[in-house]
Amino acid sequence: MGNQSYKWVGTRQPRPDGADKVTGRARFGADFDMPGQLVGKVLRSPHAHANIRSIDTSKAKALRGVKAVITAADLPDMPDEMAPAGEVMVNLRDVTRNVMAREKALYDGHAVAAVAATSEAIAREALDLIEVDYEVLPHVIDVDGAVAADAPILHDHLRTDGDENAADTPTNVAKRIEFLKGDLDAGWAEAEVVVEGSFTTKPVHQGYIEPHAAVASATEDGQVQLWCSTQGQFNVRGYCAKLLDMQTSQIRVTPSEIGGGFGGKTVVYLEPLAIKLSQMAGKPVKLVMSREEVFRGSGPTSAGSMDVKLGATKDGRIVAADFTVRMQAGAFPGSPVGPACMCSFACYDIANVKVVGFDVVSNRPKVAAYRAPGSPVAAWGIESAINMLAEELGMDQIDLRLKNAAREGTKTHYGPTFKDIGMIATLEAAKNSPHYQTPLKASQGRGVAVGFWFNIGMDSSAACHIGEDGTVTLISGSPDIGGSRASLALMAAEELGIDYHKIRPIVADTASIGFNFLTGGSRVTFATGMAVVQAVRDAIDEMRARAAKLWEVDVEAVIWEDGCAKPAGSNVGDFDPMTLAEIAASAGKTGGPINGHAQLNAQGAGPGFGAQIYDVSVDADTGHTTVERCTVVQDVGTAIHPDYVEGQLQGGVVQGIGWALNEEYIYNDKGQLENTGFLDYRMPVASDLPMIEPIIVEVPNPSHPYGVRGVGEVPIVPPMAAIGNAIAEATGVRMTDLPMSPPKLSAALDAAKVRDAADD
Amino acid sequence: MRYVAPSTLEEASAFLLEANGTGRVLAGGTDLLVQLRAGVTTPGIIVDVKHIEELMTIQDEDGGFRVGAAVCGQELGEHPGVTTAWPGVVEAVELIGSTQVQGRATAGGNLCNASPAADSVPAMIAAGATVAVYGPNGRRELAVEDVPARPGKTNLEPGELITSIKLPARPAGSGDAYLRMTPRTEMDIAIVGLGVALTMDASGTVSAARVGLGAVAPTALHVADADAALIGSKLDDEALERAAEACRQACNPINDKRGTVEYRTKIAGVLMKRAAKIAAERAGS
Repeated sequence: MGNQSYKWVGTRQPRPDGADKVTGRARFGADFDMPGQLVGKVLRSPHAHANIRSIDTSKAKALRGVKAVITAADLPDMPDEMAPAGEVMVNLRDVTRNVMAREKALYDGHAVAAVAATSEAIAREALDLIEVDYEVLPHVIDVDGAVAADAPILHDHLRTDGDENAADTPTNVAKRIEFLKGDLDAGWAEAEVVVEGSFTTKPVHQGYIEPHAAVASATEDGQVQLWCSTQGQFNVRGYCAKLLDMQTSQIRVTPSEIGGGFGGKTVVYLEPLAIKLSQMAGKPVKLVMSREEVFRGSGPTSAGSMDVKLGATKDGRIVAADFTVRMQAGAFPGSPVGPACMCSFACYDIANVKVVGFDVVSNRPKVAAYRAPGSPVAAWGIESAINMLAEELGMDQIDLRLKNAAREGTKTHYGPTFKDIGMIATLEAAKNSPHYQTPLKASQGRGVAVGFWFNIGMDSSAACHIGEDGTVTLISGSPDIGGSRASLALMAAEELGIDYHKIRPIVADTASIGFNFLTGGSRVTFATGMAVVQAVRDAIDEMRARAAKLWEVDVEAVIWEDGCAKPAGSNVGDFDPMTLAEIAASAGKTGGPINGHAQLNAQGAGPGFGAQIYDVSVDADTGHTTVERCTVVQDVGTAIHPDYVEGQLQGGVVQGIGWALNEEYIYNDKGQLENTGFLDYRMPVASDLPMIEPIIVEVPNPSHPYGVRGVGEVPIVPPMAAIGNAIAEATGVRMTDLPMSPPKLSAALDAAKVRDAADD
Repeated sequence: MRYVAPSTLEEASAFLLEANGTGRVLAGGTDLLVQLRAGVTTPGIIVDVKHIEELMTIQDEDGGFRVGAAVCGQELGEHPGVTTAWPGVVEAVELIGSTQVQGRATAGGNLCNASPAADSVPAMIAAGATVAVYGPNGRRELAVEDVPARPGKTNLEPGELITSIKLPARPAGSGDAYLRMTPRTEMDIAIVGLGVALTMDASGTVSAARVGLGAVAPTALHVADADAALIGSKLDDEALERAAEACRQACNPINDKRGTVEYRTKIAGVLMKRAAKIAAERAGS
């Protein structure tokens, strides 16, 4: 479907980092080592909620081979100060307490101390020698428990921000937000059909295959070098500088190749600890999490408990929509309740809307971003309710959505008015897909759901260095998670008019390129892509100027076309086109090196919409659901590299299927996490999945030179509700709580049988 | 921690005896190495038994097979005799881990790891398999179901190790099958595992039956009441329901991260019926 006028954009080229990755040469976080490096280990709380009366590290410090031991006392305390971290804002007071517990341990796995020693065995032994005096407190795991009147309170200072009626007493509800559009009462008065339901999701982990890892090397003159696996080296630098009271220019962060992040590597855990340990020990320190630590100590996505009510006229026009969601933030405030509320009804053009959200703390790891944070939670409730409405109305599930779809000119309930969006194009592509046009197989169910993500812009810098042999180094500061180096190089090749393979894109450290906000929010191909295009155009302008100099004409009289400087017209003079390589070769005589630079705050991110179709079969005896067929449709603006666009779509679906069917954290009655590995935290494996058919819709984003919107977030939004809708059709049973695991679905099917028998 | 790789049973037994309870046998290592890495176990001595010929061979014996305790799943799965006679046992052994793990994982190790959820054990119980044990006091035979004592513990005496598993001769008209329930299709541990072996006469009446049930009690069980429900029947719905009820009654599971009591109990009955049908089909072919 790619634009045929492009030579490189829209083609499927080998990725620049591919060879290193398939041969095992690529260096991930744990692959960095320094001479004389020490082994760091973190001591973690075994209690879900406990006051820390004291920590005695004297025995650990006395152990031969131990070079440093730190606790929160070694880190400066932080004031209440909000800073951006990925797609959520965080409070530095809370961040320093999350990286190292201060007054209280707030979840099983919360870091309470760290050591650096000459060997792993000594480091482990040192952890055993640290004596923490805990006063164990009652704990609360789930969001509905945390909002109960008698819930254990996590933070005595916490009051409900945004709720005028809230009492001035400690609470676990950190924030209330509300969005209103139209007149809801008038909407209910007009409604002829009303459906409502309550739904819950479970927190799920991003499940990146590479655990967190960091190597820090601090020197006596106050400089720090840090190598780590992160989605944003500049954000790590910013966090560490603030948490350790340092200047950003003193810290140089080099991002490793990254074995997945999905939002979970937008925050810091080990990095400030590694720096502090290195500063105290005077040697490089390496910290690597085990999988168990990843599960116990790093942030999953938020879970939600929600109530949805929809009202429609008999012809299927939705006239009233009411949504309340309680989002679990983990141990500190800061769930993605804002995005959850804003994404909730963003797919629809509804006149009267009320959305209320609550940010709720409980004794679990502080949540981190996970693909479209908040949006999948809201979609689980709302997209389930949309199908309940379709059933009530006797309407086709896509037709109902088409009838109410957001379109150009739709004013959203959270403020902006949409322009140039592809919701309807996406739904129509889904409706016309081979999948939806194929009759459903006997005993299967088919479910559809849609999803939305804003996509974001933010800050990016890029540089384009023209080499003396006519090849190009393309420098950005955006860690490459989903194939962005390839996408950036394709856009550069298109601009320069040279072979893609002559462009080498690299991801630079914080000292080698200007600021780049992290890789997340589906921003890199959009925002960093924009910076790359500008940097390349800057270099092109310089090359035009060099040609103009040689030809002794004005630079305006020289154009750039097909990789060459050419006279703008016959009146300029009779000059043979100069290739990029020729201009590069003569650069020493025409003014020196040729480089282009750009830095920008990318405006005009294009909203992304997707629709997905699932056929499922359910084993009525075991409650086991098999996804038999799946089609994922999404408006991506322009697919710069279709392979990686499809990979993003398929990957989001896989994670969504896991979220829908099996993934959950299992806590014991002490609030300790029991399934701390991939054996019992059941993400899908390849044999659990059907072929996932991608359909790319391209409604170009007018704000981007190549029409890019962003891809990575939307595909994880619809799967849970679409699968729930398919199960409802296959079995007649509407599931309201995730995951729809075999034991839960089996119990629901049995309960329905009992109900049906009673009705007969 | 010492590693030794003896080539005789005498030496292996002596090493284990000398370790005074801190010795661990290394066959495929697919449980032991994971436990070592997780810090769950810190043995004084690791006795690699893969250099002892008797543990590494499959032999025909009395119309049945004697399978060395350290024979890996891959090798067992490629043995024409065993796969023809005991497809249920083979399919159970082949469920131990992924394809890569199959090159190492052994039925003997699966049994001695004494996990109640071990896949091969219910199938071997159903097959009426016995194990040969070598120890300081010589050799003895044990029924498979008598090997595990409780989760993580066997009934082997100090210095004893299992040398082989005896799969008996398969009478005409016999078939066996193993089914397990896991939420995922692969890379998962059984919530319930059930093996059944049947012999049927020409009229389709069950003349012999054995049912092994795993993951629903501290050790895998031989469910004699289920055997009795099947024997003499033609696997009609009523007989299958009685066998299923016997399996549900035999369940004494725990609620844990892998499954609830209620669900495990229900599934035991479901798998009973399904496995019996597969075994009957194989018996007829």
